[in-house]
Amino acid sequence: MTKLTFIAFDGATFEVEAENGSTVMENAIRNGVPGIEAECGGACACATCHVYVDEEWTDVVGQPEAMEEDMLDFAYEVQPNSRLSCQIRVRDELDGLVVRVPERQA
Amino acid sequence: MTQATKTDVLIVGAGPVGLFAVFELGLLDLKCHLIDILDRPGGQCAELYPEKPIYDIPAWPVISGQGLVDRLMEQISPFDPQFTFNRIVAGLERLPDGGFRVTTDEGEAFEAKVVVIAAGGGSFQPKRPPIPGIEAYEGKSVFYAVRRMEEFRGENLLIVGGGDSALDWTLNLQPVARRLTLVHRRPEFRAAPDSVNKMLALKEAGKIDFQVGQVRALSGENGMLKSAMVKGPDDEVEIACTRLLPFFGLTMKLGPVAEWGINLNENLIPVDTEKFETSEPGIFAIGDINHYPGKLKLILSGFHEAALMAQAAKRIVHPNEKVVFQYTTSSTSLQKKLGVVG
Repeated sequence: MTKLTFIAFDGATFEVEAENGSTVMENAIRNGVPGIEAECGGACACATCHVYVDEEWTDVVGQPEAMEEDMLDFAYEVQPNSRLSCQIRVRDELDGLVVRVPERQA
Repeated sequence: MTQATKTDVLIVGAGPVGLFAVFELGLLDLKCHLIDILDRPGGQCAELYPEKPIYDIPAWPVISGQGLVDRLMEQISPFDPQFTFNRIVAGLERLPDGGFRVTTDEGEAFEAKVVVIAAGGGSFQPKRPPIPGIEAYEGKSVFYAVRRMEEFRGENLLIVGGGDSALDWTLNLQPVARRLTLVHRRPEFRAAPDSVNKMLALKEAGKIDFQVGQVRALSGENGMLKSAMVKGPDDEVEIACTRLLPFFGLTMKLGPVAEWGINLNENLIPVDTEKFETSEPGIFAIGDINHYPGKLKLILSGFHEAALMAQAAKRIVHPNEKVVFQYTTSSTSLQKKLGVVG
């Protein structure tokens, strides 16, 4: 199991044990993290599971692919560390990953 | 009063469940007319994930969103369904004979014995960009669509977005605008490469401005825009503008169906699980838009709901006919309807 930490916009912290191969979005939904809507269910088609990857983790998590970049155009307050959490797959190297939830989704 | 188009069943929404309803209703000799806000059939399958694989359609180990829509259109073609696209259903009133009169935002009228709401997550409508206070300018100097190009003549126009709508309107409105600025979050575009090249040529020729960034704030008076603050990669710039056209894609809203007097539960329509009828007799709701204990938002659940709804709809439209349950595999009368036997 891989440990993930979600920090909601109001500062509430959610530490969850995630299975490798699942997406960061799925773990947010499963654990009721507020502010992750995932309207399209993980198809990279809606930009409502937007998160900010903690600066210390951006290199490990990596950059979005072109399709995800396109979708991020629809997100709110996009930053260089913005990702759609449905496109981040949990793996061993992400153990300890911290992501922040933006003020609102698109 | 507008001459109404008459049909047996009016279906609101032409997504996969609305389309399959045509099949189940057609087997029972009911004619259908579908209305959808998109310009083509398929709903979310066509708009959100045409290329994406679906793995839980029975007997299709994998099928794309568009592939499913194409096959449904083929499957229902024997029943000759009628479509009205690019329209949102606006009004519904009950007629003295027990049927319904449904009108669209463009004033077309339909009369049907039964109404089926298969509107999924709601109707696709332009997404409001996350700019504080934008509501005050909407309809006066901020528009989400271009109805008449002349309305933008001589204006300082700001277009925001990087998709086909933003680029197409940049190209089309450049000749009529006094000055046009395109703003996009990044220098890459989703729009067709040809449009992007044309836009870049206009920029090179000094005919339009292009700014990388996100609109953060608007200023103006009484709904009339004066300028927009755009935060770029390095600094903020103020861009003078009198009209703003944001193109941030589509979102889903329940829309006028909410005003039809049907009981709602958090934007979903409660139904029974025998007929999938709403609190209003003769109005059914199937697919993602309905709710009942144990509901799963799956396409296959919507198909099941369509089949049961059709039985109840048949009894309303043809109250004196006996409904005999038949299989398409063995019933020659069903096979005749499908056009597979003479």
